[in-house]
Amino acid sequence: MGAVVESKGGAFRTWLNKRLPVDQFVADQLTGYYAPKNFNIWYFFGSLALLVFVMQIVTGIFVTMHYKPGEATAFNSVEYLMREVPYGWLLRYLHSTGASAFFVVVYLHMTRALLYGSYKAPRELLWIIGMLIYFALMAEAFMGYVLPWGNMSFWGAQVIINIFNTIPGIGPDLVEWIRGDYAVADSTLNRFFSLHVIAMPFLLALLIMLHLVALRQVGSGNPDGIEIKEKLGADGKPLDGIPFHPYYTLKDIVGVGVFLTLFAIVVFFAPTFGGLFLEHPNFEPANPMSTPDHIAPTWYFTPYYAILRAIPDQRLGALAFACSVLAFVFLPWLDRAKNKSIRYRGMASKLLLGMFFVVFLTLMWLGLQPAEPAYVLMARICIPLYFAFFILLPFVSKADGNGPVPDRVTYHAH
Amino acid sequence: MRTNKLSVVGAAALLLGAGGAFANEGGRAGWERQAENEVADLPSLQRGARNFMAYCSGCHSLKYMRYSRLGSDLKISDAALAQLLVRPGDKPTDYIKASMPASDAQDWFGKQPPDLSLVARSRGPDWIFNFLTTFYADPASRQTGVNNLQLPGTAMPHILASVQGVQQAVWKDEESKGQDGKPVTTKVFEKFEPGVTGSMTPEQYDEFARDIVNFLQYVGDPAQLERQGLGIWVVLFLLMFTGIAYMLKKEYWKDVR
Repeated sequence: MGAVVESKGGAFRTWLNKRLPVDQFVADQLTGYYAPKNFNIWYFFGSLALLVFVMQIVTGIFVTMHYKPGEATAFNSVEYLMREVPYGWLLRYLHSTGASAFFVVVYLHMTRALLYGSYKAPRELLWIIGMLIYFALMAEAFMGYVLPWGNMSFWGAQVIINIFNTIPGIGPDLVEWIRGDYAVADSTLNRFFSLHVIAMPFLLALLIMLHLVALRQVGSGNPDGIEIKEKLGADGKPLDGIPFHPYYTLKDIVGVGVFLTLFAIVVFFAPTFGGLFLEHPNFEPANPMSTPDHIAPTWYFTPYYAILRAIPDQRLGALAFACSVLAFVFLPWLDRAKNKSIRYRGMASKLLLGMFFVVFLTLMWLGLQPAEPAYVLMARICIPLYFAFFILLPFVSKADGNGPVPDRVTYHAH
Repeated sequence: MRTNKLSVVGAAALLLGAGGAFANEGGRAGWERQAENEVADLPSLQRGARNFMAYCSGCHSLKYMRYSRLGSDLKISDAALAQLLVRPGDKPTDYIKASMPASDAQDWFGKQPPDLSLVARSRGPDWIFNFLTTFYADPASRQTGVNNLQLPGTAMPHILASVQGVQQAVWKDEESKGQDGKPVTTKVFEKFEPGVTGSMTPEQYDEFARDIVNFLQYVGDPAQLERQGLGIWVVLFLLMFTGIAYMLKKEYWKDVR
């Protein structure tokens, strides 16, 4: 990428750089990486997702020092952390709020991609790696939610694992293999602990690294959806690009400040977020004899859960559930517009995308409600609309995504 | 910074979605009231602790709570703690256990009275308040002679009858259409009428129950008093940090044309 960097500075720096390319790395990744200058608020969430990942690892390390997996010990050890370990409550709330914050920033990050066509060529692989991160994150969050071994942990695990039961042929054996027992029990809890603290964090770290490498290869998109690499100045640098450091490092720090302020308000003043981040029934220990009044997964799974629940046939429901999650992977090929950004697409594209956002949020809300007929009916109306987005996108985008785009990015100096 | 109209719509929809999730509490029955307890009210917490130890702890444990933590959080002196709250035979560092042996509880009530350390977190303060205030005489309940609007058929006797008295429930018939379209008559609670009087007026009893609720809310998350105090400083620091970061960013971005 960037030019080979001459090592500056004192004897130690020269010695170091001969053995470890520190200056070269900084030049390639930060000072010599040119990003479009017209990023708007939607471009904060990538760096924030990385921040939350690091926060989850750090708080996770300390929570793990006090957590004791096992049917008999898990719930008590979490209460011990909350009450007896100095600032244990802070560790736990940082970690539990962090899980929800992770999904907030990831959903906003994905919204950005949908608005500005960030998944389109040449960024298809970047998008797919991102989707793999999202799937790994879902598995990580689900298993983490089981660990406190509250009653919602237990019944949530029961419901989610049973989805695999509907796979023809191997379903029942697969479910038994996942649980490690004939029911959700001690062995399930212990393997989820192992996966949650070792396997998934490693996988996530690897995928995040690949995501960043792929991003450096293709370069960042921008709200206008114009490739800045196509307009180079006399010095060979993009005319509409600015070095990531110091410009975007400093800008992202402002984003970090705003994010952490909101995050701290939740952690210190509303850590359960009205039962949305930590659900009320999860403050009762797991009890196989007593089902919670209504089982709802945490809010970030509820759009898909609403789809699963609204379809009477179990196997069809599970299929629709899987399709609704996986459909995003195919966006780079479903979107056939010439222009990337929604700014330079027609009204039909805008309406289609707007409808999808509304349907997604409605399903999210519906998944939190009890399975009453009115809510199920609403979900049944939303399901065809949800899939209509993916089915209509190739035609709509082909038809009205080809208008003129400006030569250079839109930017007003402030 | 140019903000796309659609992005504004998207952000608004996200906020609406979050709002909808909170509007999830509807469907309260007419008799349900809010506890209106204030967990920062220290004297109320102290009274609640006294009430709990006097009336509840015979059967209900607070197994995650130590007497000594109670003392330091609620500003109760060691002497007062030992004299008024710590049960004879217990040390101040002990967890608060029920005095009744579990096997007796099984025999007497058919089930073990639940531990109440986390009841305010799982059920919520309003639920406890309504449970404590809606016991009424019910001859059909042969075990205890009372029933409860919040938890119909509860195995718990009206342990606070000496304080609240035993009120009478008045029911009215309400006609509605059943699933098959035929009219169905259901008994609906209308109001309470005084029955056997206790040592407190209804207003005094509400206060008494509110103190217990408040205490249980504290017990559910004892760090919450400290948490909110610390939170103010953390948020103030972060606001300052953000302000300085913003000024620094602005200074650097002057060059970008």
